[in-house]
Amino acid sequence: MTTFIDLLLQPLQYEFMQRGMIAAILVGIVCAVVGTYIVLRGMAFFGDALAHTILPGIALGYLISGGARDVLFWWALGTAILAALGIGVISKNSQIKEDTAIGIIFAGMFALGIAMISTVRSYAVDLSHFLFGDVLSVSPQNLWLILIFGGIILLTVFAFYKEFMTLSFDPVLAATLRLPVTLLNNLLLVLIAVTVAVSLQTVGVALMVAMLVTPSATAYLLTHRLSSMMVLAAFFASLSGVIGLYLSYYLSIASGAAIVLTATGFFMLAFGWKKTKGA
Amino acid sequence: MYPHSHHQEDQPILDVRHLNVRYNGYTALENITFHLHAGERVAVVGPNGAGKSTLLKVVAGVLQPSSGDVTIFGSRPGRHVCIAYIPQRSQVDWGFPVSVADVVMMGRSAKLGPLNWPRKRDWEFVQHALETVQISDLASRQISQLSGGQQQRMFIARALAQEAELMLMDEPLTGLDTPSQEGLLDLLDTLREQNVTVMVATHDLEQAASHFDRIMLLNHRMVAFGEPHIALQTGNLLKAYGGRLRTTEDGNIVAVDDCCDEGEYDHVH
Repeated sequence: MTTFIDLLLQPLQYEFMQRGMIAAILVGIVCAVVGTYIVLRGMAFFGDALAHTILPGIALGYLISGGARDVLFWWALGTAILAALGIGVISKNSQIKEDTAIGIIFAGMFALGIAMISTVRSYAVDLSHFLFGDVLSVSPQNLWLILIFGGIILLTVFAFYKEFMTLSFDPVLAATLRLPVTLLNNLLLVLIAVTVAVSLQTVGVALMVAMLVTPSATAYLLTHRLSSMMVLAAFFASLSGVIGLYLSYYLSIASGAAIVLTATGFFMLAFGWKKTKGA
Repeated sequence: MYPHSHHQEDQPILDVRHLNVRYNGYTALENITFHLHAGERVAVVGPNGAGKSTLLKVVAGVLQPSSGDVTIFGSRPGRHVCIAYIPQRSQVDWGFPVSVADVVMMGRSAKLGPLNWPRKRDWEFVQHALETVQISDLASRQISQLSGGQQQRMFIARALAQEAELMLMDEPLTGLDTPSQEGLLDLLDTLREQNVTVMVATHDLEQAASHFDRIMLLNHRMVAFGEPHIALQTGNLLKAYGGRLRTTEDGNIVAVDDCCDEGEYDHVH
């Protein structure tokens, strides 16, 4: 007789499922914590654009390494940091509006990435992995990178908690307190960039924005404190990762999509609960 | 520690000389010169778009002047942490997930320095600041649950936690009901006892005249600066408000604001 426990344990007999689970949980926590600032500062479009903009970097690494996956993290990391600071500079000094500038660059870079990958014969399969993620192919080495860089991100957010909170709530206050505003803003952009690189294999560039904003937005509806918003967002994100992977296993649907759909479901529930409560 | 300037106590708390601010070919402020004494309360009055907010931001050191000098206790404002800028309430994200005590504690960020978390002494500072503005019972409230007057009090508490000596307030009375306005003006009296210098941008000529030591009449240029009965002479008001000034039947002068929101009228007797 199959019990519920068996249903839960059965997928875990595969090592790639175990690694996938751990990766989904870690990535969920990191995305949710950084995503809290993305939600509060209204940077969702920036996050989405940034994720798409790194595609040519990944493509270049992919072409140079002849299809090896493990080095792609470094290419993603480098491109993401470059793109994050680049978008920051361009949007500040541009004569056209910030979101238009971001839109132009993001679509252009994304197209460049697709063009580069399309020179390879097996491009459809590889491209779909970059776009939508492939959490079940996370290697042990990948997992270590996620753990280390995810840890660095969380430590940085923790270390500059009061600075990021002050800057996000009231930039003029941060300026009159003579906090290093430009430095902190750039640090936040770099944190988002590293988060994008860390999450690449789990959800892919196209669905990245969902991991960055959906769990944090869910938590925003349910709490009134920044610290509890981060904790709650991390909880929803990692739970979405786990449930999503089970759904992916039993229903044979793409893992990235299953994770994002689960997170979206949690958001809908929180939204509905809030509405019926009349708040 | 984050860097900050030390005070030369023999210098005025605020000294502004030949200040000009231009952006995109538009002149926001032209040739402004004045200085403030410690503990003084000054109202900056003028029509919408006269450059009141710009002046406060330049004094706060968050906006760079095109030319001219601003000094706080003898040095540029850019590194002073003794200046508090209290924003217009409409500029604040009231849905931000923080409590009243969290916001007040933000004022201590500079004194705390990087990588330090608030200690017992900092929480006592926050508690004391909340008591001074009489909202210590609201410390754990989420900020969206405050009334307009309580919101202003919270920001004053934040400025006190910052240990500010110069408080710049942008339209703190706008949109408040009369009791809240009176309460806030009383609170400014309390601040004077603590030798805090206050500079307030306001629409309300009557309150400016009755509650402030000096009034600056501003319309890009400084039209007048002095005690209320001198600064608010009819000739000065005409210069500052131009065609937006009317004389009512009973001899009062009314500044008709071109303001959009509540169709406010500014009265002076």
